[in-house]
Amino acid sequence: MSLFNVFTISGTGMSAQSVRLNTTASNIANADSVSSSVDQTYRARHPVFAAEMQKAAAGHEDSSVGVQVLGIVESNRPLNVEHAPEHPMADKDGYIYKPNVNVIEEMTNMISASRSYQTNVQLAESAKNMLNKTLQLGK
Amino acid sequence: MAINFEKALGIHPEALAVRAKRAEVIASNIANADTPGYKARDMDFKSALAQASQKQQSGMSRTHDKHFDVRTELNNNVQFRMPDQADTGDGNTVDAQVERNLYLENSMQYQASIQFLSGRIKGLKKAITGAG
Repeated sequence: MSLFNVFTISGTGMSAQSVRLNTTASNIANADSVSSSVDQTYRARHPVFAAEMQKAAAGHEDSSVGVQVLGIVESNRPLNVEHAPEHPMADKDGYIYKPNVNVIEEMTNMISASRSYQTNVQLAESAKNMLNKTLQLGK
Repeated sequence: MAINFEKALGIHPEALAVRAKRAEVIASNIANADTPGYKARDMDFKSALAQASQKQQSGMSRTHDKHFDVRTELNNNVQFRMPDQADTGDGNTVDAQVERNLYLENSMQYQASIQFLSGRIKGLKKAITGAG
């Protein structure tokens, strides 16, 4: 019954979008985390989405595929280096290192992820209604 | 005229199956709305329905493992959608708004099929019991 697959598919969509929301939350929370060396500085993290193609390749499902999170990558944009000798975290040359998080980008990312999540919830909801109607058939 | 349960329901069971499959295809488009490189897909309803009803007419049950499987296979009718916007930057051709509307439309058509089926079943019940 293909309608049950809608739950699986929208479920993968919801979990992928919640991973995206999670990384966004982590990025925004750490946007001002200062450190005293390049290696220890927080870098913006973003998930990489991919269609679940291995199922399609195995011949089970040709037409409908869910989403999977392939992994989470750290942004390689340059860090924000500031000269602040009076800062308690400053290194021996007087520099502090701030994360390469772009808060505005993260906010728009958050809105987009939240909307996509809601759309997936609505899909599941309407698939549920369709199934309910089918169960009521002939009554 | 004898009551034939197989024909009494008309084309609606097949239409319902095609609608359900289409719901799944559109759901996977929406789930992959943010996946780079994903190409939106949809079904050709006309040919899918024609194929489904053809399969139903020649519907045979498999009584042996080596029999050919002639069950309704709707996957063949799934094709890629022509995108309105040729290049979105990441190779994704899903237009979330369009897909949502199509999903809604498909869901209403599914419920219309349910209504038709319901009517047919009520008709059968009436014929069997003789009471309204």
